[in-house]
Amino acid sequence: MKLELRGITKRFGSLVANDHIDLVVEPGEIHCLLGENGAGKSTLMNVLYGLYQAEEGDILLDDSVQHFEGPGDAMRAGIGMVHQHFMLIPVFTVAENVMLGHEETKAGGRLNLDAARARVREISARFGFDVDPDALVGDLPVGIQQRVEIIKALSRDASVLVFDEPTAVLTPQETDELMTIMRQLKSEGTSIVFITHKLREVREVADRITVVRLGKIVGEASPTASNSELAALMVGRNVELTVHKEPARPGAASLVVEHLDVIDANGIKVVNDVSFEVHEGEILAIAGVQGNGQTELTEAILGIQPRTNGSISLNGTRLNGQSVKKVLNAGVGFVPEDRTHDGLVGEFTIAENLMLDRSDQQPFVKGGTLQLKALNDFAEEKKREFDIRAESITTHAGRLSGGNQQKVVLARELSRELKLFVASQPTRGIDVGSIEFVHKRMVETRDAGVPVIVVSTELDEVVALADRIAVMYRGSIVGIVPGDTPRDVLGLMMAGETGVAA
Amino acid sequence: MSVTTPNTPHETVDPVDDGLEKAVVKKWKAPIAFAIFVIISALLFFVARRDGVTELRLSAENDAIKLPSIEAPVMATGIVVVILLALMTAGAFWLANQAKRIPLWLTAVFGIVFMYGFLTWAGADKSIPITGLLLGSVALSAPLIFGALGGVISERVGVVNVAIEGQLLAGAFLSAFVASITRNPFAGLLAAIVAGVLVSFVLAAFAIKYLVDQVIVGVVLNVLVAGLTSFLYSTVLSSNTEAFNTPPRLPRIPIPLLSDIPILGRVLFDQTIIIYLMYIAIALVFYGLFFTKWGLRLRAVGEHPQAADTVGIRVNSTRFWNVSIAGAIAGLGGAYFTLGSVGGFTKEMTAGAGFIALAAVIFGRWDPIRATLAALLFGFATNLQNTLGAIGSGVPSEFLLMLPYLVTIFAVAGLVGQVRGPAASGKPYIKS
Repeated sequence: MKLELRGITKRFGSLVANDHIDLVVEPGEIHCLLGENGAGKSTLMNVLYGLYQAEEGDILLDDSVQHFEGPGDAMRAGIGMVHQHFMLIPVFTVAENVMLGHEETKAGGRLNLDAARARVREISARFGFDVDPDALVGDLPVGIQQRVEIIKALSRDASVLVFDEPTAVLTPQETDELMTIMRQLKSEGTSIVFITHKLREVREVADRITVVRLGKIVGEASPTASNSELAALMVGRNVELTVHKEPARPGAASLVVEHLDVIDANGIKVVNDVSFEVHEGEILAIAGVQGNGQTELTEAILGIQPRTNGSISLNGTRLNGQSVKKVLNAGVGFVPEDRTHDGLVGEFTIAENLMLDRSDQQPFVKGGTLQLKALNDFAEEKKREFDIRAESITTHAGRLSGGNQQKVVLARELSRELKLFVASQPTRGIDVGSIEFVHKRMVETRDAGVPVIVVSTELDEVVALADRIAVMYRGSIVGIVPGDTPRDVLGLMMAGETGVAA
Repeated sequence: MSVTTPNTPHETVDPVDDGLEKAVVKKWKAPIAFAIFVIISALLFFVARRDGVTELRLSAENDAIKLPSIEAPVMATGIVVVILLALMTAGAFWLANQAKRIPLWLTAVFGIVFMYGFLTWAGADKSIPITGLLLGSVALSAPLIFGALGGVISERVGVVNVAIEGQLLAGAFLSAFVASITRNPFAGLLAAIVAGVLVSFVLAAFAIKYLVDQVIVGVVLNVLVAGLTSFLYSTVLSSNTEAFNTPPRLPRIPIPLLSDIPILGRVLFDQTIIIYLMYIAIALVFYGLFFTKWGLRLRAVGEHPQAADTVGIRVNSTRFWNVSIAGAIAGLGGAYFTLGSVGGFTKEMTAGAGFIALAAVIFGRWDPIRATLAALLFGFATNLQNTLGAIGSGVPSEFLLMLPYLVTIFAVAGLVGQVRGPAASGKPYIKS
């Protein structure tokens, strides 16, 4: 089916998320929508899917204008979507998820689960998926969950399929498999819209590329364009794709983790017998697909995981079993994975957020009273130093863009005297300019002789920053390899293959 | 305590092994609770010692099939009970040390043995009517069960229903009033349903449309209904009790054959239509929730409303109508107070039953069958207090009054532990 968007405009208050966007997707074409986080790609697709209503513009399928009141209408018209955050119900089985919304019933209103199972098996067989219709979705690895999303869309006979940032949660190998699936869908005549900000993937699979920036289409590109051309188009200026750093000059081992287990509320070892050390003046990147224990590992270092075995020590002092405050006072700086939930208080001002970790001590508090003068001076200085783009230091942190929020977190964490710096997904969801800034600051921190841990699921980031790379899979460290290890080796390690590192 | 997510009934297995190693975690809560009960029974039998023989009557005068009574000598029974309980406790400790789960049947047997011992002790030299005890339990459980079913539906669809109390009270009031003026108890039943739905409408409108915190709306509604019914009771109902507050009672309808089964026959099958409606409601809610399109969509909305929205389910209207259904069921439970048992409305006559029903929802892990069993347990505890008071067992009445609430606290805090309710329960769905 041919999809055409004409002059779509979508506003949120004063913000124009989509500004007169025109897009044509031919049948059997993989059309890439390339743009930075916040460029308006997902908004556009949510308009197409009926989740949002556009203020202006038309959606046309095979040249006839459509009116979608909700996703139900869009699906009936043949549009399917694989969402970035899977729209699956974790406590339902695969079959239940697939049938939801268009259930078949038998006598007595009883759900016809057999029909749904058969449908799942049939589509699985067509694409060579190995999906058990009776498995609970919450128990499946994310790669398989994504296939359930694809099955869900196909079971409704979608002829236009939208993939919204589908590779964010996948290993490199799973990404390759997804590309194969997309090509197969294309050969069956499905039109595919592929939303991403990853240049490599775009060039590999796209037939046509449309670049979106700040809610507007800024141009088309051919899949043969180079990375730097695409990046320049996407960001609007020339960007450095590599991080400049001198070779590391590692000092003594500073953070030593030995036989660390982290046990979750269900008694499962989410981190299992992990040992490593980080030296002064080096960056250890922890690579791995989301959900393989990285989050819990960093939280254990900070002391917010209640049940741990083994030991974590910093310069000879034991950290685990200590209160978070003692850990912070020992000189640990921590950038949490989810800045809006764990890194900031959205309703507080920038200045207030900058003093959160020192709310009980000089210079910001004296005799139980806030020292507003000291705080304001400090905040003004940090706002300049970290290039936080906001009206003033009294702007609420929740109103800042992702990149500026992250700069606030960084400013807070880096303005103490650090003995260890831990950053979890430091550049997730932020613009390229901010990414450059964050990377630069991290390298500077390293060069100042601080041991740095970076957790990242983006291989690009890992390779750009790391002096050494530890790959985690299912709670364990598969191996620790030098920073210049080839990507395909890292990819295999992320899928749990041991022995490739040797 | 193990944690299983409430889901379809065939899913009671452990969280599926996804290959990650499980840490050996020993859980001592259950065996320690067992040990406390052993100590309590030992104290009762050997310190607060009582002698004599207790008669446990299994049949009433007019039963078709008569069973002989059990004559239990208190001391001998005490020794046997304490030994049995101690053995089971030892078993529980052994299981816990092996990091195994205490099977439910063990807890059930433990509870029954303890209860047998307690009854024997409490009824020393007296005669305890077992049939009456159970009959009363069902009676007292009925509003709790209706309330809990309403709670299960409402929470499963994503709206926390603290207003069960208000729905019960409104149902009780309106059914008494309507049944009195129409002289027709069935009109009263209908009125109870309407009352429950009306309370639900307010809850749903504020919680879903205006996004007010659901717990706060619920609490305020309870206070509102209590105030409103009390006011109308003093002004309207009391002005002419004869005309406005003497509802005809529903007749008992014995089911042939079934009602002749010893002990349980009279308890379960010689009841008013409300109880039979209750059986139907339990079955329908269970079947509907887990085996029909209605239930699948309802649960989807309560777990992940956005996912439901993306497959074309209208989240807020699903919530609205199901909260209304929940109100209808809870309202029907209210009718039991006036048409099924007491026969007339009095101020705040529900006396916290709605909150116990809420506890039953959680204790029953948002599952209609388990919630029903939990409600039965609470009903039994309440009636035990009544029965022991009536036979004059000499156990301090203050202690007995405490009993149902003690059971509630222990059940919810101790036995349930950490459970996971519907993921989106209590969270309004705001579509951007």
